Amino acid sequence: MKVRQQLAAFRTILTKEILRFMRIWIQTVVPPAITMGLYFIIFGNLIGSQLEDVHGYRYMDYIVPGVILMAIITNTYANVVSSFYMSKFAHFVEEMLVSPMPNYLILLGYVAGGVARGLLVGIVVTVVAMFFTTLKVHNPFVIITVVVLTAMLFSLGGFINAIYAKSFDDISIIPTFVLTPLIYLGGIFYSIDMLPEFWQKVSLGNPILYMINAMRYGMLGVSDIDVSTALAIIVLFVVVLFGFSLYLLHKGVGLRN
Amino acid sequence: MSLALDIRDLRKTYANGAEALKGIDLQVQAGDFFALLGPNGAGKSTCIGIISSLVNKTRGKVEVFGHDIDTDKEAAKSCIGLVPQEFNFNQFEPVIEVVINQAGYYGIPRAEARERAEHFVQQLGLWDKRRVMARELSGGMKRRLMIARALVHEPKLLILDEPTAGVDIELRRSMWDFMRQTNEQGTTIILTTHYLEEAEAHCRNIAIINHGRLIENTNMADLLLKLHLETFILNLRDSLRELPAIEGYNLQRIDDTTLSVDISKEYTLNDLFIKLDEHGICVLSMRNKSNRLEELFIRIVGEESA
Repeated sequence: MKVRQQLAAFRTILTKEILRFMRIWIQTVVPPAITMGLYFIIFGNLIGSQLEDVHGYRYMDYIVPGVILMAIITNTYANVVSSFYMSKFAHFVEEMLVSPMPNYLILLGYVAGGVARGLLVGIVVTVVAMFFTTLKVHNPFVIITVVVLTAMLFSLGGFINAIYAKSFDDISIIPTFVLTPLIYLGGIFYSIDMLPEFWQKVSLGNPILYMINAMRYGMLGVSDIDVSTALAIIVLFVVVLFGFSLYLLHKGVGLRN
Repeated sequence: MSLALDIRDLRKTYANGAEALKGIDLQVQAGDFFALLGPNGAGKSTCIGIISSLVNKTRGKVEVFGHDIDTDKEAAKSCIGLVPQEFNFNQFEPVIEVVINQAGYYGIPRAEARERAEHFVQQLGLWDKRRVMARELSGGMKRRLMIARALVHEPKLLILDEPTAGVDIELRRSMWDFMRQTNEQGTTIILTTHYLEEAEAHCRNIAIINHGRLIENTNMADLLLKLHLETFILNLRDSLRELPAIEGYNLQRIDDTTLSVDISKEYTLNDLFIKLDEHGICVLSMRNKSNRLEELFIRIVGEESA
């Protein structure tokens, strides 16, 4: 395929994905706004007002970057895993498999769809956060980089999960038993400085910790982790998962007999 | 004439050890209307799956209009339009979107994709339904949607896997008219069907697969010549008093005004009518007892399985 044709094919998948989640906006866009709004009210306002400042910031301000990123992570993952698994389950993935589209375009299309939903949800949750606090922007470049890379990373995670999934149970096991604990233990609601030394070291094995701290640095200018190290780790994960996804597509795992 | 499809020593063994294809060699000429027949589980769908890249082959070589599906995959895929046996479109998308998206996957820009989609949706009689969700279509409409989708990138080779399953007679006829026109415009068509009268009516060449092997590959006329005996049903004007004995023809009474007659290739219908006339029997109408290709198919597959 020529470059122009590839762009048309990529645009087709991206448009299809955006139309898909916008058609069901009540299921895809509204719930994160409500859930994150509740986090801000309960943890930020009610409980947070009783707590001391963390790293010089009100507790509400401290948790905002992590809550926004949590919404982005869960929604990008959910978008790609459900969309790609449905295409497998109902066999319309075959529309793409019989076409001359190279595998990397299929992958990029789904990842871009996931990033689009992540960005939309991120904006909605940010707007909700503005009802509770004044947003701070320390380094916009870091914020944009972290948001886009994190959305890409979890889109890829969702894609791999969908490739291996054989039933609807399989697409909820990873988010429930792996993703949710990692997110909550990734320092959204606390600084790892508050943990005993042993648990601080264990926390460093959680990749989400790096993303949340990089996001917090972008917004507030404080972080438990060196930001360049955090960004490098996210980029490394993106590259590894992208390569692995391409390998799975090439082999036809879960897609071709 | 160039080859639309060239298959050499195609083999497929599934992970569970089942050998679906045991070395198939098959050539289809460009412009042909070709029937690929076989009983259920014979290997037809595996063969089509490999040609269209939905199934990984174990061994062998497949070329589509000279493009190898391994080394020149994109060009080979661009030549193929597939209408699969099962509905495999997104049921929650509007009809027109299903076709536009398929064009997009072939690199056709959205504005042009929309134009083409509208053209084929109109051609297939789905214009009034273009904005409804695909799940709301009837079975016959869903089949036509898959045909519109398969044609939107104007493939040189159209593969129809059971395209008329579950389609009513009137709709089936209009679908075949459309297919014939498509073939006349230069598109090569490969058809698998269980309605053998459709294959006999439309296809010029035929291959039969059984147990993963090609057991017949010839043109339709030559194949039908192999049929030595044909059975006709005769409807009579008057009630039959006595069954006449006519040499060379095996006559059997079905009821008072219906006869069945077996005629071998050495005898003609003209002679039969003359002799029936001599016995005072007047024939009002006549039909084949069963489809000729069907008889041959059952015989060939039966002999091979025995």
